[in-house]
Amino acid sequence: MDKTSLENLTRGLIRENPTFVMLLGMCPTLGVTTSAANGLGMGLATLFVLMLSNMAISLVKNLIPDMVRIPSFIVIIAAFVTVVDMLMAAYLPGLHAALGIFIPLIVVNCIILGRAEAFASKHNVWQSLLDAVGMGVGFSCALTLLGSVREILGSGSLFGHSFVGEGADTMLLFIMPPGAFLALAGLIITVNRLRGVK
Amino acid sequence: MDKAKFFKMALTLVTIAILSAFVLAWVNGLTKEPIQKAKDARELQAIAEVVGEFDNNPFAEKMTIYTPDKKAKLTFYPARKNGKITSFAVKTFSNNGFGGRLELIAGFYINGAVKNFKVTDHKETPGLGTKVSEDAFRSQFDGFNPKRRIFKVRQDGGEIDAVTAATISSRAVVDAIQRAIDAYNHFKTGK
Amino acid sequence: MAYLMIFVTAIFVNNIVLSQFLGICPFLGVSKKISTAAGMGIAVMFVITLSTIVTYLIYYSFLQPYNLSFMITVTFILVIASLVQMVEIILKKTSPALYQALGIFLPLITTNCAVLGIAILTIQKNYNLLAAVCYALASSMGFTLAIIIFAGIRERLNTTNIPAALKGTPIALITAGLLSMAFMGFAGISH
Repeated sequence: MDKTSLENLTRGLIRENPTFVMLLGMCPTLGVTTSAANGLGMGLATLFVLMLSNMAISLVKNLIPDMVRIPSFIVIIAAFVTVVDMLMAAYLPGLHAALGIFIPLIVVNCIILGRAEAFASKHNVWQSLLDAVGMGVGFSCALTLLGSVREILGSGSLFGHSFVGEGADTMLLFIMPPGAFLALAGLIITVNRLRGVK
Repeated sequence: MDKAKFFKMALTLVTIAILSAFVLAWVNGLTKEPIQKAKDARELQAIAEVVGEFDNNPFAEKMTIYTPDKKAKLTFYPARKNGKITSFAVKTFSNNGFGGRLELIAGFYINGAVKNFKVTDHKETPGLGTKVSEDAFRSQFDGFNPKRRIFKVRQDGGEIDAVTAATISSRAVVDAIQRAIDAYNHFKTGK
Repeated sequence: MAYLMIFVTAIFVNNIVLSQFLGICPFLGVSKKISTAAGMGIAVMFVITLSTIVTYLIYYSFLQPYNLSFMITVTFILVIASLVQMVEIILKKTSPALYQALGIFLPLITTNCAVLGIAILTIQKNYNLLAAVCYALASSMGFTLAIIIFAGIRERLNTTNIPAALKGTPIALITAGLLSMAFMGFAGISH
């Protein structure tokens, strides 16, 4: 793989991580991460939509007049989101119920329209796919990490495997709304330290 | 703006909208059945948890029943063994949960005594209100006959021990089951 | 009474930002000063209430009767985007003063997930039109309340000495967390 491709693929993983660095898509990030599995599910659903929309938009970018660019992108993204919504309702009903309103809201996740506008509308299909994979995987990792932290602290389990005894007192705050803000704050501080930001 | 340009813009948007509508209609057709099946499977599983043994499909025989004031519609599922109804389940709700609406499926013996219940949808506080689904609270409902005993939490002068620090959630469960009982009695006598 | 309950619940108990996590981006992004936060809040109230009414009418007069419910996301987002654009144009022409005050917030609102979120939630909750309007208005009032309080705290934070590691986003998130905890105190207010 040549250097630009590699760069497009890895950009979203750490350096421009959509969650920890760019602070995009905060609503699902905070809203669904009560467990690691929910975080991963949301991340993968977003990754899927992002891959499809980046490729589709890159394919049709020259056919769309500039004035209706944004509305066209939104319709394309909304269509893919609905497809994912229906497929999840049919084949992953449990996860679909847990993610609830945040599945249709993938449409307004700034990451997707942001990548369509900033990347896919200027690059070819292959590079757009790489960019989508990088960003989507970066987002998924961030959500899974946040979900894991909240699940470990709040429920004493990870991916549903409990490691505390029945009836043990866990820090329930972390699976309640305030815990979402506090856990994300903690993770951002850690990531900033690791990146060496003062 | 000249006409040709405007026309092209409108055409692009309309084409995209129509294309996506067709794709969605196609996927909708493909997933309609699996979605309904998945929904039914979840409900059937909850029913199976709260009623006794059965060899029919309670789901296929479901009926809509009404509370005496006709305000609420509940669903009634008979569980049969060798063709005779041995127990039944009622899908019911309460609007008095700590976080608002609470939905549950309640199972009953044929004499009207409560057998079991399963909360299917709720917004109760994790670790407090959610304890109504734990055995410690739930087991006291098995065999509880509201005709002979006072079906209320102890704080309201009844015989159900509420979950500590979650009286409201406990009350909501009792309220939902009471609604099911009322609707069932209304259904039985109203026939 | 039922409508009052919708108001209290939507503003305090299930606050859309602090407990439902809708509209987090503007909540974190446009909350450095009370005056801009208030402007954003009012613009959001206006757009959410208006778009909920329009999407509600479209859903029940077109999508549902023709079995097009699967087009809900596509239709609603298009309607919201064009509505915001229209409001912007109308304001610019009719009320330059109001446009000056709210104009800069309008483009940001299209991607505010609270708008689409409330529109879809209203349909999912099976409200009638009046309840839908109450719900939309109350939810967006909850947003305005939360963002103004949050901006007030952030203004004060500017003049205090915070540890270097917490500067910027982390302290904002911690503040939001504490605010969310404070709003948890409203849970059960309806009892």
